[in-house]
Amino acid sequence: MSVVIPYIEEPRPDTGLTLSKLGIWLFLASEIMLFGALFSTYIFLRVGNPDWQSFAYRQTDPAAIHATHDGGKHAESAGHDDHASHEGHDHAAHDDTAHASHGKVDPRSREGAGTPMQSSIPLAALNTVILITSSITVIMAWVSLMLKRVSRFRMYFFITILLSFGFLIVKYFEYSAKLSHGLAPSFSPLLAIYWAMTGLHVLHVIGGIVVMAYLLGPGRKMWDSHPVQYLGRVEATGLYWHFVDLVWIFLFPTLYLM
Amino acid sequence: MSHDDHHKENWIRQYVFSTDHKVIGIQYGITALLFLFFGLCLMLIMRWQLAYPNPEDPSIPLFGKLFGKVLAGGKLSPELYNSFGAMHGTIMVFLGIVPLAVGAFGNYVVPLQIGAVDMAFPKLNMASYWVYFVGGVVMLSSFFLPGGAADAGWTSYPPLADITQGGTSEIFSVRLLSGQTFWLIGMVFLITSSLLGALNFLVTIIQLRAEGLTFMRLPFFVWAQLVTSFLLLLAFPPLEAAGVLMLMDRLAGASFFLPEGLVITGEVIRATGGGSPILWQHLFWFLAHPEVYVLILPALGIVGEVIANNTRKPLWGYKTMVYSLIFVGFMSFVVWAHHMYLTDMGTVISAFFQTTTMIISVPSVIIITCLMLSLWGGSIRFTVPMLFALAFLPMFGIGGLTGLPLGLAAVDIHLHDTYYVIGHFHYVVAPGTIMAMFAGIYYWFPKATGRKMNDLLGKIHFWPTLIALNMVFFPMLIQGIAGVSRRLYDGGATYAHAEPVLGLNKVMMMGAWSLALVQLPFIFNFFWSIRRGKKVSSNCWDATTIEWTECDSPPLGHGNFEKVPRVYRGPYEYSVPGCDRDFLPQCEPEAK
Repeated sequence: MSVVIPYIEEPRPDTGLTLSKLGIWLFLASEIMLFGALFSTYIFLRVGNPDWQSFAYRQTDPAAIHATHDGGKHAESAGHDDHASHEGHDHAAHDDTAHASHGKVDPRSREGAGTPMQSSIPLAALNTVILITSSITVIMAWVSLMLKRVSRFRMYFFITILLSFGFLIVKYFEYSAKLSHGLAPSFSPLLAIYWAMTGLHVLHVIGGIVVMAYLLGPGRKMWDSHPVQYLGRVEATGLYWHFVDLVWIFLFPTLYLM
Repeated sequence: MSHDDHHKENWIRQYVFSTDHKVIGIQYGITALLFLFFGLCLMLIMRWQLAYPNPEDPSIPLFGKLFGKVLAGGKLSPELYNSFGAMHGTIMVFLGIVPLAVGAFGNYVVPLQIGAVDMAFPKLNMASYWVYFVGGVVMLSSFFLPGGAADAGWTSYPPLADITQGGTSEIFSVRLLSGQTFWLIGMVFLITSSLLGALNFLVTIIQLRAEGLTFMRLPFFVWAQLVTSFLLLLAFPPLEAAGVLMLMDRLAGASFFLPEGLVITGEVIRATGGGSPILWQHLFWFLAHPEVYVLILPALGIVGEVIANNTRKPLWGYKTMVYSLIFVGFMSFVVWAHHMYLTDMGTVISAFFQTTTMIISVPSVIIITCLMLSLWGGSIRFTVPMLFALAFLPMFGIGGLTGLPLGLAAVDIHLHDTYYVIGHFHYVVAPGTIMAMFAGIYYWFPKATGRKMNDLLGKIHFWPTLIALNMVFFPMLIQGIAGVSRRLYDGGATYAHAEPVLGLNKVMMMGAWSLALVQLPFIFNFFWSIRRGKKVSSNCWDATTIEWTECDSPPLGHGNFEKVPRVYRGPYEYSVPGCDRDFLPQCEPEAK
């Protein structure tokens, strides 16, 4: 027995919504709570860590912690911090690479190394441009489809996918640079929340790519059989993609610039 | 022959990977009941252990023999006790009650009650069940891991949850293959499942109501599910985030929940530090307080349905109840830190959460008062579902009122982490919600099978269950006021202040074991009635709502209704003056 569920194509008169549109907005509401929790975590951790951007966190040797515990490690690291942020040397990246070859990083040799996030700012800025552009192309795709210009729609959708792959590639370089400098989640609270937030965001980007690839590939047949429903799907995907973009626009200043 | 082949071909689609909300509802129901039974078994062992903690005491019957290797000497080791405690809570809440209340009843009943052919997103619905199933399997499999299942309590408070079961080990696989890590992975699955389900319910209720079924004509149960779904949708993601963060703590060496210089057994742990255990508590309770309402609101919904039907009069103050539901739902997001009075968050914040906690009790009391007043002047039919619904009222009353002292920061200093807390929330969830779940099962069983469950067996099930539940949970309140901590594997035997109330452990043990025993009539009745129960008409309770009046019992296959229902009036038009019957269905155009 086949079941016909209403309001997939036509909006329900009294609510003015189709199923997919209400569904995607509710989904985004829950996504806001997900990232909201992470941003709250960021604030909570940052308030609790005055030396937030310091390099002087990683102390894998318990003896070192014992030694500095009485000697006032806080004062010491704060000193490094001030020095670092005021000078802001350009050779920060060089410093990082030099020490990365030794595997573990000695915090004391980090003087003048800027902040752990500083060297990633150019790549992150590039990614911001990429994602904003992809938000524009996804809109262009949707508008083209509404105007029934299918080949244009496919082109714009394809460009969106390419741009999101571009985002991932840039992210790959950023991540591997971070790891080669020993800046793993275990490095400091800043790096931990950086990996958590950007990692979850990357998963959302991958999710978006999967959905868009489906709509361009196996799911495209629906355009011929149920064009209105297909348009609804494209619109929902676009809304989701804007959300992913929006999250990044908050992530960029929060993690890299502040 | 060919017919048989055809049948076999479709069997998996029809009963296993079905997209029909009714089948999914039943799948949820059976899985959840099995988990509830499993959680009860864990409790039986724990209760015996608490009553007989000494090596010379009698060993655990039944389970002691069955699991001789694990329960060495017929006793529960302290480590295993911790695992059982954590898993009992997790299983009962996340694998038992929520799937039963929302997944099973919500799925089966909501589309029928609003006159919808199915849920809005049937495939998503199926995905929701199977993600839940995987989450359950992950949770259960953790029992077989080297260190056993998670043992940091159902709240998984760090730092313990971060470091327990090899959390600080250098070897990745040790950290990965540990009960606590599996608990987190399982939770991520369960949360995802709940999110998919909640999303589906919201869209279904908002979009697929039958013509004429305005919001103020919705059955109270549908309202309860609507508010519950909002809670699930918005409260669960923060715990998902917290789960991911704790996974990073355990697997990637992050320190979200570990403070600097934490010393474990004389050694400073090898972690960056800079995190905060309180952060987990905030994220956890931001979910888990609304979660409490997720446990209770569907129960209130079921009780509302059963009471209206069996008093043969409309619910007293339907609109007030609906507004109260919405208000409870909203307020449940701003009371979470009343679980955290004993942390260092400060008196100002405590005062705020104390105030909101007192406020949230008002709408809850309004709802329960309306249900109570609905009885007044009704010609009550004491059917089995009604017995359970009637028992729910005072039981939930005890559960709710014992919560008020806990909401006051000053009193909480004494009561925090004692058995009083356990008594309080078990009164809400066990004699409260579970009684309502039984009411729901007895009430909607004829809808799902076309047969009624046996009345006599139902009553044999009801009365001893009510007594046994109180035998288990009332002594907890007494022990808690005496100051007995909730986490002692010997039941407090080593503490002088527990001495006068120690005997109650035996009372509770007897209560728990008799509780298990008196579920046998229910289990038998359930399976026996599927095939042998008394056949009944499609509207055997003379009810007014769509699921009873507009479709068969059991409903037609996928699609539910022969013709699209249209609704003309509110949900509880019982005993309308001038009507020749004492009920006026929602779908009947005019009173006869």
